[in-house]
Amino acid sequence: MTMWRMIGVVGLVVASIARGDAAEIAPDQRRSGLSFMAPETQAMQSDDTANPAMLAVLDGEMLWKQKAGAANRACADCHGDATASMHGVAANYPAYDDLLARPVDLEQRINLCRVRHQQASPLADESRELNALGALVARQSRGTPIEAGGDVRLAPFVANGKGLFMRRQGQLNLACANCHDDNWDRRLAGSAITQAHPTGYPIYRLEWQGMGSLKRRLRSCMLGTRAAPYQADDPEMVELELYLMSRARGMSIEAPAVRP
Amino acid sequence: MASALINVPATAKHGDIVEIKTLMSHIMETGFRHTETGAVVPRNIITDFSCRYNGVEVFRAELFPAFSANPFLAFFTVATESGTLEFRWAGDNGFS
Amino acid sequence: MPEPHATRRQFLVVASAAALLAVPWPTLAMPDAMKAAIRDVVKGAVVRVGKVKFDVPPLVENGNTVPVTVSVTSPMTDADHVVSIHIFNEKNPQPNVGNFYVGPRAGRGQVATRIRLADTQTLTAIAKLSDGSFWSATADVVVTLAACTEEAS
Repeated sequence: MTMWRMIGVVGLVVASIARGDAAEIAPDQRRSGLSFMAPETQAMQSDDTANPAMLAVLDGEMLWKQKAGAANRACADCHGDATASMHGVAANYPAYDDLLARPVDLEQRINLCRVRHQQASPLADESRELNALGALVARQSRGTPIEAGGDVRLAPFVANGKGLFMRRQGQLNLACANCHDDNWDRRLAGSAITQAHPTGYPIYRLEWQGMGSLKRRLRSCMLGTRAAPYQADDPEMVELELYLMSRARGMSIEAPAVRP
Repeated sequence: MASALINVPATAKHGDIVEIKTLMSHIMETGFRHTETGAVVPRNIITDFSCRYNGVEVFRAELFPAFSANPFLAFFTVATESGTLEFRWAGDNGFS
Repeated sequence: MPEPHATRRQFLVVASAAALLAVPWPTLAMPDAMKAAIRDVVKGAVVRVGKVKFDVPPLVENGNTVPVTVSVTSPMTDADHVVSIHIFNEKNPQPNVGNFYVGPRAGRGQVATRIRLADTQTLTAIAKLSDGSFWSATADVVVTLAACTEEAS
């Protein structure tokens, strides 16, 4: 009896490891992280008067009009009303930058704008100001389908990002795909694993009790697998962001989202 | 840079019970956390909230460290007359 | 559409169930700090179970932000209204969560907020009515920890 039970247990463990390298998620099976959340957390996101990320949008509206840098220019001085000029913009990021000849994400674009056009110093990674402007811009794409990665010049960067997503790394020897392609229908301790479609960044994360960009979320994931996280300006970080966004192409932006 | 989101219906009929929702940006540092070197991170929370309707208090709250960051409060009031709703948050380090 | 008699019978059943629930209140299992915090509010008065509805998600995704709603059955008139609502917890470093002062101008004896919970526990909400009586409800909540947490900053 006892022996049989032990064999049964061994069989189960092997089966769960063997589940390993499955295929990418079929387009019609893709789900936003929103659909994995508890109803209470969904309600917090869907009501703008209760969504704490809207505080960042509010700050962003203020910063948008604030003059900065040697050029003494505000975002609004060039771009006017963000609700019109920024409509759909975030759905295309990370996007190809002609001068740098590589993709830049939304936060990097905001900082390039500051340096190039406002002649101001870049805002610190994950600063309240940068996430506020990011939230304001991303908010204007709510409901628009993600289009990032369509530019042919981005193809090699998307491919690099995919390679990083599939590559096992860290002390736990896990690739992103091991959780988010192969086991998204399961749970890790109390948390849903989810499919890793970045539909709502920057997000208000309950764990953080504040805002964070996709880069911050990726760093958390990498720390979770005991891997050395990429830095915000590492090319790998942007390539991974780009692959994730292109993988979610066609899904609706829901920024600024709430996540557990 | 403190921001508040306040939601009140712009119009209501006399006698309607209307819901008021407020979100205030604040870290709500509990005072129970420690730094890596073991020092206590000092408490920094909002302790008091009130809502006055044409000068009359209709709702008041006392907040403790168990309130989440960026405190959210939703409550009700009877729309008695046209006028002004005044919200006040006060707390540690002279926050108001 | 049920016939009037059936409706009334349903109402009577509900009413008697409520009466059965209006029993004095078990404080035995509470931690001492929580008992003391409640004593500060009720000042020796009897707290009965009933009239208070305490909505807390049974399973919480993150203890940092737990949405809770307390609603108290009351006509909210000058003569008969909710004076205050108090929320207490067992396992945070401090037993008090919040005190809320309402009154007849509120129109509804209800408050919603978001709270931090350090652990799986039972929460208690107590309402003081204008006749000086205290009513309560409890809610059990399971707090799960996130699988991949960022290191403390």
